[in-house]
Amino acid sequence: MLAGAGIGYNLDANYPYLMERWMSEQKIRVLVAKPGLDGHDRGAKVIARALRDAGMEVIYTGLRQTPEMIAEAALQEDVDVIGLSILSGAHMALIPRIMELLHAEQLNDVLVLVGGIIPDEDIPALKNMGVSGVFGPGTNTQAIVDHITSALTHRQ
Amino acid sequence: MPREESISVLVEQALNGQRRALARLITRVENRAPDSVEALALLHPHTGRATLVGITGAPGTGKSTLVNALARTLRARTFTVAIVAIDPSSPFSGGAVLGDRIRMGDLAGDRGVFIRSMANRGSLGGLAAATHDVVRVLDAAGFDYVLIETVGAGQSEVDIARTAYTTVVVDAPGMGDDVQAIKAGILEIADVIVVNKADRPGVQNTVRALRAALDLGHRFRLTGHHGSLIQTPAAPPPDYDFWTVPILQTVATEYTGLDEVVAAIHQHGAHLRESGIWAERERQRIETELAERLRDALLVQWTAAHAPDALQTIVERIIKREVDPASAVRALIDGNKPEK
Ligand SMILES: Nc1nc2c(ncn2[C@@H]2O[C@H](COP(=O)(O)OP(=O)(O)OP(=O)(O)O)[C@@H](O)[C@H]2O)c(=O)[nH]1
Ligand SMILES: [Mg+2]
Repeated sequence: MLAGAGIGYNLDANYPYLMERWMSEQKIRVLVAKPGLDGHDRGAKVIARALRDAGMEVIYTGLRQTPEMIAEAALQEDVDVIGLSILSGAHMALIPRIMELLHAEQLNDVLVLVGGIIPDEDIPALKNMGVSGVFGPGTNTQAIVDHITSALTHRQ
Repeated sequence: MPREESISVLVEQALNGQRRALARLITRVENRAPDSVEALALLHPHTGRATLVGITGAPGTGKSTLVNALARTLRARTFTVAIVAIDPSSPFSGGAVLGDRIRMGDLAGDRGVFIRSMANRGSLGGLAAATHDVVRVLDAAGFDYVLIETVGAGQSEVDIARTAYTTVVVDAPGMGDDVQAIKAGILEIADVIVVNKADRPGVQNTVRALRAALDLGHRFRLTGHHGSLIQTPAAPPPDYDFWTVPILQTVATEYTGLDEVVAAIHQHGAHLRESGIWAERERQRIETELAERLRDALLVQWTAAHAPDALQTIVERIIKREVDPASAVRALIDGNKPEK
């Protein structure tokens, strides 16, 4: 169904002109955040741009985000996905706290991805907490895009 | 948690101050979801109380940093503040990187503040309408101030600035030889000018150039004459319309000069009300919006009543010079097929 210019018309989808111009538009919204104290965000920026190039709207919040800041931004921005980049090794302290706060805000359906330097042995514990995917350094950004697209398709 | 809550429940929760509901409502309205019409109808009686301030200016002049400092200053006076920060979408992918929150970390943890990033989605003229509606949702939710940040470049930004009662144009020294606000052609819409980064060398030059441009604007208008722009004396402004655009200096990173910015916004608001311009502008704004929505609605209605490729067919005929656009429209309105 097609929403006409927010004026309450529901039209069949076989009108190419309307489809292009007035179809109610949904974008995948992603929060890319760097929790913890490590001081460079090149990797996070590369991911942010790759997701933008895949047509997503990426809210980038910069360095040194506390778990509280991340949960709050995710809530206000109504994101579908949170991408966390952690290089400091503090992931086993930060991620449980972030998951707890998301839960408290009823944001359980937000997809959480973690990138950075994560030892293999920590991955099962992270997945148990509800993390949807873990991506090491040098992951092909297309793999992350594909993960998001397929996970969100299955969620609906 | 299913993501599709009923719209009336979302509205009720948002009006009761539930932030998650507010965030989801904004998404529905921004996406122009079919049920957003119902939401806006339910919200409308609650709108009209917030002070809407537009913050615009060239890239990198410090708009987000200023919005952060302005919000902190308003919070210190116990006002609640919502922020809508708009960045361009990529014309290639339709995606966007929205980075204004980077400068607004100081506001985290304050429940009297709500920040929302928006991509302009490159929609054909639809940006102003979408922003209007998102601002309405925040207004209805009871925020005292709604601050709207846009990059000052181009007509759609000017249109958004018109959503606001007071438009603050931000400039900064040391960004090349040109004064950015003049270059971007957005000086005309300024109610208050802020020269930010006043800790940088060259502030006085920037202030002087802005002052000169403003004075010129007051005394002259640029008029087209045989293809070139000439200066003609402007009609003197009627008394009630007299507002001297202040040029203020701030160091947003250090919260310096913000009291003066808040004072200027208040004074401008008082001026608008006392002079009656407030009511006049509101009427104009609604009239423009109504006309735009009606135009959209009529086009949707017309298209829905005709074959899916009806417009395309006429486009082809115009390209072949079989008919011209004006006659084609007249024929369409008359309910006839455009004839040769
Ligand atoms: N020296 C100095 N730097 C400032 C000041 N205000 C902002 N900045 C810096 O200017 C840079 C740009 O600031 P932003 O607030 O992101 O500017 P913006 O206008 O919002 O930028 P866009 O949204 O990208 O157009 C940042 O590095 C800020 O730290 C100031 O008062 N003095
Ligand atoms: Mg900005």
